Amino acid sequence: MHPPTLIEKIWNAHVVHEQPGAPTLLYIDLHLVHEVTSPQAFQDLRERGLNVRRPDLTVATTDHSIPTTDPSLPIVDAIAATQVAQLEANCRDFGVRCYGRRSERQGIVHVIGPELGLTQPGMTVVCGDSHTATHGAFGALAFGIGTSEVGHVLATQCLLQRKSKTFEVRVDGALRPGVTAKDIILALIARIGVGGGTGCILEYCGSAIRALTMEQRMTVCNMSIEGGARAGMVAPDDVTFEYLCGRPYAPIGADWDEAVARWMQLPSAEGAAYDRSITIDADRLGPMITYGTNPGMGIPVTAPLPEPAQVADPLQRDSIRKALHYMGLEGGRPLLGHKVNVVFIGSCTNSRISDLRSAASLLKGRRVNPQVRVMVVPGSQQVKRQAEAEGLPEIFRAAGCDWREPGCSMCIAMNGDQLQPGEYSVSTSNRNFEGRQGPGGRTFLASPLTAAAAAITGVVTDVRTLL
Amino acid sequence: MSGAMNFRSRLVPLPINNVDTDQIIPARFLKTISKQGLDRQLFNDWRYDAQGQPKPDFILNQPRARGAQILLAGDNFGCGSSREHAPWALGQFGFRAVISTSFADIFQQNSLKNALLPIMVPADAHTALFALVDRDPEAEVTVDLASQTVTLPDGRVVEFPIDPFSKHCLLEGVDELGYIMKNEEAIAGYEALRVGSINTLA
Repeated sequence: MHPPTLIEKIWNAHVVHEQPGAPTLLYIDLHLVHEVTSPQAFQDLRERGLNVRRPDLTVATTDHSIPTTDPSLPIVDAIAATQVAQLEANCRDFGVRCYGRRSERQGIVHVIGPELGLTQPGMTVVCGDSHTATHGAFGALAFGIGTSEVGHVLATQCLLQRKSKTFEVRVDGALRPGVTAKDIILALIARIGVGGGTGCILEYCGSAIRALTMEQRMTVCNMSIEGGARAGMVAPDDVTFEYLCGRPYAPIGADWDEAVARWMQLPSAEGAAYDRSITIDADRLGPMITYGTNPGMGIPVTAPLPEPAQVADPLQRDSIRKALHYMGLEGGRPLLGHKVNVVFIGSCTNSRISDLRSAASLLKGRRVNPQVRVMVVPGSQQVKRQAEAEGLPEIFRAAGCDWREPGCSMCIAMNGDQLQPGEYSVSTSNRNFEGRQGPGGRTFLASPLTAAAAAITGVVTDVRTLL
Repeated sequence: MSGAMNFRSRLVPLPINNVDTDQIIPARFLKTISKQGLDRQLFNDWRYDAQGQPKPDFILNQPRARGAQILLAGDNFGCGSSREHAPWALGQFGFRAVISTSFADIFQQNSLKNALLPIMVPADAHTALFALVDRDPEAEVTVDLASQTVTLPDGRVVEFPIDPFSKHCLLEGVDELGYIMKNEEAIAGYEALRVGSINTLA
């Protein structure tokens, strides 16, 4: 037996039952719920006459389908309004707390979990959303589930799970100016591909990961799923504890001391073995951007686009050719200088206060290119209040940006915030799939700094030229 | 929950790698509170033009897709979002299996819970299946869950893996939630032991 990893320690502590020939029954410490993937699960509970087993471990919010306009106004989209009302009714009927559209705690589910101190090291966290991987930044085992499994957790607080492989992602060195956590994760996915982490849980480690703030670690873990891994984790340390201390749901007093002592036991033991490992040199990373129609199609912003003719594998060659065609791009040419119509700063990847500060630092005293529409969407009501306290909305508005209400917004384009067919965005979100930001829309994924740079120049830009 | 066990069907080829769940069913259709009526929206943006008219060159709009029960797709099918609407839509269209070399984790789990078989075959068999439908679009293969095999018209048999528990659930019609609930004693026991360390959000 080799010494256990962080992942194995959390897994072992949550085994409820094991039976030969069946997956492990795993206990879930925190279940986050939103309006899009839960209605059919609550309906299933009603039909079976079941209750929510642990409403005290269940927290709901509205984020995906809500407008990012004034919350005192009704939702115009009747189908979305019905869905939001259904979540509120379900939460009322089943006794689940819901931070709804007019709550001061409302926000993107993966922003509010951490900021309220709900997400803590060593926990198992699930949500009917693939970006649940975000919460792994705290050293929690956090992963997305489907609606059937949402029903299982609501009814039993448990899930049937098979053990994943462990995949160590070591990022050593120091990031250079203009290079961010988003660039680390885009570089990783470009390297392993969108299926590279399938069947694995990633553990991020190394000096460059240790040097990241909690919000930056969340950006990295958030996009683990874009590399195919259901979860991505960072072992908890003083940065984690400092972030959590004093948050509304964090333990206090003697409970806090006891919790920290317990959390300090979580990091992988010396000599722990992983099924796979990869190393990234942070010193050598530049700002990254995606050019294609999946998050693995990423390049350094200064690099030329790939030439399909030079790709050996026929299906891979077709993928790149098809992606370039959809994106209206030509292989071999640079992406730098390419026209941009929309800049979106937001999403569960990059809508936290440090992301907004980062974008504002570049936009302060500058003007957005008049050809570009810029949307800044804070991740939560709390992020919005903090930004207001720091005067960030004034900076964004003075530059010519649209400052909006919290929600998933143009990351998933369910709420009317979307691209027009053929438009190009530089987006701080996590997915560049065809039509993800609106039918026919074309997405370049990048960091808040790179997005802000494009907002100013109106074209894909190396932010280091503006620093 | 039954009927996905042994069947014979044509294949609908979709030779594209990394088909994401946003393509299988775009997010704007997820505002529904029902599981039903999603077949019309399956592959919506590849299937219909901006006016909502079927695109004749898309495979699902061709006669060969009518009544077909097997989708033959490229590597890493179902990546991206966790939306269970993806297997719901595939199943409601009439698919009972998807054949690929690999599946995204969440999609695979969601499919197994909805009697949609994710059939993972080796690269050579995958290539052979695409070549088969290329030669003969009407060619039929037989899927048999009990023996975990796909049988080609020339008699070639391709085995596929499936986790024994999922296989048992599919063959016997076991309801997973019901199965979990039979472990009530273990769940209550775990909660009793862990009362101090679970964050009760008090």
